[in-house]
Amino acid sequence: MDFLFSLWDTINQDYPVKLIGDLIKIVVIVGPLMFLVAYFTYAERKIIGYMQIRIGPNRVGPRGWLQPIADAVKLMFKEIIIPSGANKTLFIIAPMISITTALAAWAVFPFDDHLVLADVNAGLLYILAIASTGVYGVLIAGWASNSKYALLGAMRTAAQVVSYEIAMGFALVTVIVAAGSLNLGDIVRAQEGGFWHWYWLPLLPMFVIYFIAGVAETNRAPFDVAEGESEIVAGFHVDYSGMAFATFFLAEYANMIMISALAALMFLGGWLSPFQGTMFEAAFAWVPGLVWFFAKACIFAFFYLWLRATFPRYRYDQIMRLGWKVFIPITIVWILVVGAAVVFKLPPWWAA
Amino acid sequence: MNFEKFLFYVFAIILVLSATMVITRRNPVQSALFLVLAFFNSAGLWLLMEAEFLAIILVLVYVGAVMVLFLFVVLMLDINIAEMRAGFIRHLPVGLLVAAVMVVQMVLVVGSGSFGLEQFPAPIPQPADYSNTAELGSLLYTTYMYPFEIAAAILLVAIIAAIGLTLRRRPDSKYQNPSRQVSVRRADRVRIVKMAAEKKMGSK
Repeated sequence: MDFLFSLWDTINQDYPVKLIGDLIKIVVIVGPLMFLVAYFTYAERKIIGYMQIRIGPNRVGPRGWLQPIADAVKLMFKEIIIPSGANKTLFIIAPMISITTALAAWAVFPFDDHLVLADVNAGLLYILAIASTGVYGVLIAGWASNSKYALLGAMRTAAQVVSYEIAMGFALVTVIVAAGSLNLGDIVRAQEGGFWHWYWLPLLPMFVIYFIAGVAETNRAPFDVAEGESEIVAGFHVDYSGMAFATFFLAEYANMIMISALAALMFLGGWLSPFQGTMFEAAFAWVPGLVWFFAKACIFAFFYLWLRATFPRYRYDQIMRLGWKVFIPITIVWILVVGAAVVFKLPPWWAA
Repeated sequence: MNFEKFLFYVFAIILVLSATMVITRRNPVQSALFLVLAFFNSAGLWLLMEAEFLAIILVLVYVGAVMVLFLFVVLMLDINIAEMRAGFIRHLPVGLLVAAVMVVQMVLVVGSGSFGLEQFPAPIPQPADYSNTAELGSLLYTTYMYPFEIAAAILLVAIIAAIGLTLRRRPDSKYQNPSRQVSVRRADRVRIVKMAAEKKMGSK
């Protein structure tokens, strides 16, 4: 593992070498991510299957392991139908915008200490900005399809995403205040010191709000009114088929993994070992940070599926009420609380 | 031409082109999308000026929130384009006059003396540990404390005014009160009545 990390660092050479090196790093990040997305869909179908006391996909390969591959092949060979009334250019651009923003956010993501493509000092803001542009894919898709259901889905998404972005942004502000940095690596390093030093405890209400807002941002159940099968068929992507549909699908799952990974990074100490400062620290020192990080992100990915299997869909006015009248006031109060805690150096998080 | 200059020209050309498209496109949705492209490219220009905080905030606020709300409204508009173009020739002289007055005013105020390389020397590149965000924050909260606070107060007043203008009391519309909904007990809604079992008809 250390050998791989040193290999990652040696690529930081001069201009032409750096460009090629960066391209290789991008492939190293995006390749596994796409693989994860494919198997996240499999995990979703299996986990929800077992929660509903059925088996889930079990025909392609042993225990259905090859199901995502079969799905991908099927979608690739399907025809992409462009409705005759659609705005052709925008209809094709929309899924591209979705997938681009979903992947571009990973550029500043630290997977382990210094294992990051671009270590920029405003990393968290960059992720927030890129994620906030993702809604254009949905909006444009809904409008370009020239269909009522698609437009309704796009409208719902726009309103919902803009509303929850505020609560999410405020929740991230508390993290920034607590860590004193916008750099994602520094945010993790500020949580050094073991399980009780991670920000999930002092920022507990923000932690909950961040994840719920994240679920709403990615339009997942119980906030999936954008798709709303029972009333508007499939929402914004009702007219998409084949790979164009699959691209939206990929973007949605990549965004879910992004939100899970960010939650792990900001509230559960990212790549830090949970046994820091305890008697087990030395015993688990051999475990690479990447493994801890992946395990923490998986908790939230599982939460996504659990929520979907458990809760019925929110009503539209209830979504708005929760976002504006419950989450935003709580976040504003908690910003003040965290600000005071940082100023008065509340131990153990801000003791130094 | 070094790489930075090349990047500047790429961003600048796309910015000017998309800004032109914003005002020449007939379809308001396309205009709005070109405006988004213009915002992205000006953010790129700001990044070249090492103002990364402002660049990202531009994308976050204008692209991520303001333009989404803008599109939200524009998407629902059903604009008759022919009708909009009807008065174009009739209003052209007035439009040209206003444009000419504005150009003259701008030339008088800023003029050619305000441009050129002497007025805008190349900025000295900042060291690697320079944080645009921290610099901006310390300026805003020390030197420009009062303007900053006053601007915040004005914005707050504007928010309240906007809400006050659009808030309508509508006694005819029915609301649900969620806190009353969740506090409902079974006893409020159903009454369970105990009664003896009835005899079946026809049996003895």
